[in-house]
Amino acid sequence: MPINVLMPALSPTMTEGKLARWLKKEGDAVKSGQVLCEIETDKATMEVEAVDEGTLGKILVAGGTEGVKVNTPIAVILEEGESAASAAAPAAAPAPVVAAPAAPPSTAAPASKPAAEPAADAGRVFASPLARRMAEQAGLDISAIRGSGPNGRIVKADIDAARAGGKAVARPAAPAAAAAASVPAPAAVSAAALAAIGPHKLVPLSTMRRVIARRLTESKQQVPHFYLTVDCVIDRLLAGRAALNARSPEKGPGAFKLSVNDFVIKAVAVALRQVPAANASYSDDGILMWDNVDVSVAVAIPGGLITPIVRNADAKGLAQISTEMKDLATRAKDGKLKPEEFQGGGFSISNLGMFGIKEFGAVINPPQGAILAVGAGEQRPIVKDGALAIATVMSCTLSVDHRVIDGAVGAEFLAAFKRIVEDPLAMLL
Amino acid sequence: MAEQQFDLVVVGGGPGGYVAAIRAAQLKMNVALVEREHLGGICLNWGCIPTKALLRSSEINHLLHNLDAYGFSAQNVSFDIAKIVKRSRGVAAQLSGGVKHLLKKNKVTVFDGAGRLDGVAAGGARKVAVSKGGKAVASLVAKNVILATGARARVLPGLEPDPACIWTYREAMVPAKMPKSLLVVGSGAIGIEFASFYRNLGAEVTVVEVMDRILPVEDEEISAFARKAFEKQGMKILTGAGVKGVRKGAGSVTALVEQGGKTQEIAVEVIISAVGIVGNVEGIGLEGTKARVEKTHLVVDGYGATGEPGVWAIGDLTGPPWLAHKASHEGIACVEKIAGLKGVHPLDTSNIPGCTYCMPQVASVGMTEAKAKAAGRKVRVGRFPYMGNGKAIALGEPEGMVKTVFDAETGELLGAHMIGAEVTELIQGYGIARTLESTEAELMHTVFPHPTLSEMMHESVLDAYGRAIHF
Repeated sequence: MPINVLMPALSPTMTEGKLARWLKKEGDAVKSGQVLCEIETDKATMEVEAVDEGTLGKILVAGGTEGVKVNTPIAVILEEGESAASAAAPAAAPAPVVAAPAAPPSTAAPASKPAAEPAADAGRVFASPLARRMAEQAGLDISAIRGSGPNGRIVKADIDAARAGGKAVARPAAPAAAAAASVPAPAAVSAAALAAIGPHKLVPLSTMRRVIARRLTESKQQVPHFYLTVDCVIDRLLAGRAALNARSPEKGPGAFKLSVNDFVIKAVAVALRQVPAANASYSDDGILMWDNVDVSVAVAIPGGLITPIVRNADAKGLAQISTEMKDLATRAKDGKLKPEEFQGGGFSISNLGMFGIKEFGAVINPPQGAILAVGAGEQRPIVKDGALAIATVMSCTLSVDHRVIDGAVGAEFLAAFKRIVEDPLAMLL
Repeated sequence: MAEQQFDLVVVGGGPGGYVAAIRAAQLKMNVALVEREHLGGICLNWGCIPTKALLRSSEINHLLHNLDAYGFSAQNVSFDIAKIVKRSRGVAAQLSGGVKHLLKKNKVTVFDGAGRLDGVAAGGARKVAVSKGGKAVASLVAKNVILATGARARVLPGLEPDPACIWTYREAMVPAKMPKSLLVVGSGAIGIEFASFYRNLGAEVTVVEVMDRILPVEDEEISAFARKAFEKQGMKILTGAGVKGVRKGAGSVTALVEQGGKTQEIAVEVIISAVGIVGNVEGIGLEGTKARVEKTHLVVDGYGATGEPGVWAIGDLTGPPWLAHKASHEGIACVEKIAGLKGVHPLDTSNIPGCTYCMPQVASVGMTEAKAKAAGRKVRVGRFPYMGNGKAIALGEPEGMVKTVFDAETGELLGAHMIGAEVTELIQGYGIARTLESTEAELMHTVFPHPTLSEMMHESVLDAYGRAIHF
């Protein structure tokens, strides 16, 4: 019997993705484990492997197709002796998902892991079936649309209005809607309303752009941020770095080149271990104190950014952190991270020092409790023992979710971090 | 005359007015209802309800003449039209009494008389004068007034009502004797229901319709299906035809019917004129207000606001469709708007089912296939015949069909059109589906009980997607 290859879900919250390209063509023999095609989601590109043996009888969804829904048949694999003709009606025979190699294995107890997609958990979106389908077809993020139906339910008219350009915002809001919705939807911004400003080119929103827009808007609207800044003198760190790098083998698997950021990751990890209250997330049911020290590191990638995770960073050596980080960053830029490599994490680091930024405040990446914004290490005049001196100083700003981390805890964490950064040998302890 | 103060005065006690009054009372308003004739209005006294009682009798007559098919035999089956009419009046009277009780229970003060707007009192409140037989009986003052005075039969020149030989629905409902032959002018719901009633009691019935098909607001396929069914029952139907004149004789009337440039004379005992309605906009004090009348109906917004402060209008007095259930819903939306309730939505007139209780029955909601296409929608159409349904066959009702129209792109249920036994009871299922904005997927996932006529509703949806099981 012909076997349908279904669009796999690469993460629990994935509903659709782009079928990037086929690596096999119709008529090719396939063996279990061979890569059939690549799927792109908002954040990652994944390979889909065959689990059955046979011939790729028919490709149902062409490479480059966007918005392919999970579980849609994308191809048919024929067993020996079957013809492509018998595969003509694929929808009739739902078959198991052929390959979802990246479906994140739920290794840890649910309570000890942050939700991959907090937005999905933040509250059910009430929308009519028709509205859901129309939003999907129009590529609209339904959670960003304000509902005008009974109790704020999103109905067809709201999708029509959103498509027409922001009329949903102009409409007098059903007062019940605001009360019912636990999550105020970000205000819609219509291109039509902005078009009059001047000549422009409209770049369609990528899925990643939509996710960034939604999640960071939610973060700034819902998470009470406060900021703590500290200056770290990093001359000793730089000296230590040079000394360590000098010990790296010329080349080969053991070679490494530590960056300042690798030290920052390690310092953050050790500081989180010392001040575990800062390694926590807020939920309405209670504070989640993370057992592991998993540090997310923001990486700029084409079209957006992503935060791959250095897991158990407190237990890893600098060389290992450095190697892992390089690998994660490289694959992030190629869109090849697996969901579990960027979903989760208890704390983030965003480093813009390489651009010469002196200091900045980053937006917390929910449900994490804090993010450390790292500026450039630069020579500055400092006062040391009552006299002016020159030192290499790096300003770091911690953005904190006040619901889970209070000022004193944040300050304690930052002090621990500063101590470690300024005395990098402490990392060894 | 001492002025009596209320929060709301409702003028007209039909299905729009009395429902509005009860809803207002529920919302703790002090409400007055002014009714000039009978509580329940035309619907209850001279429309929906008494005609259903009449049609029930004609259905039974039809059944009695087909007893053999069910294993019965009976001789000398006959009926007494006076008794049929008496039962119909009894049903109306019983329900009218029920409305009176409901209003009393809700502490609505009912005024027996005709109400009219009577200017503005101090502080901007509206005044309503109530008179009976030309004499003033009460003077009411309220911040808000809802006009719900309804509509009456449209009279075409030459077809002015004459108790002897030219009837409107009103005379047709209370015949003194059973006419042997009738000409029904107009094939909307009212005309067709009377045509069906009299035909099933054995009268020779001819229907004249100016449009190219009967039941012109229904889907074309349903119109065609109904026409075939009626003609099979012996009804004569002339479409694209009009009555150019009438000649009254002794005990008969001759209509000059023009069709396709040719005129024929049709002699009948009685002509029933059912060519639509006109709004009762006269004598209710609209003069000098901002309320605007267009084609005998008041122009209002989605909540019934007329443009004149404190004056609202609902039901047949306003725009189409002219149906009791539309009036009731408008009444509720209007009162809730006046009360400042949160989340009040105007009535969506695209989602009001229409029912015609002829035999076979006709019911529909939403857009016809033609209208959907005209609106630029790409459609998927499903059909399922009564012939393929077990319950229909068991009932001995194999005639009918269920048609569904979906938007091919979004799966939105654009419309549903049904003809056959009990479709008037079935159509609400599609109404709920539309209100909840179901797509074909939810309808397909719904389990319809077996064996029921409703299974055809499921099959029709399946058929739209090439998946009907039983046909």
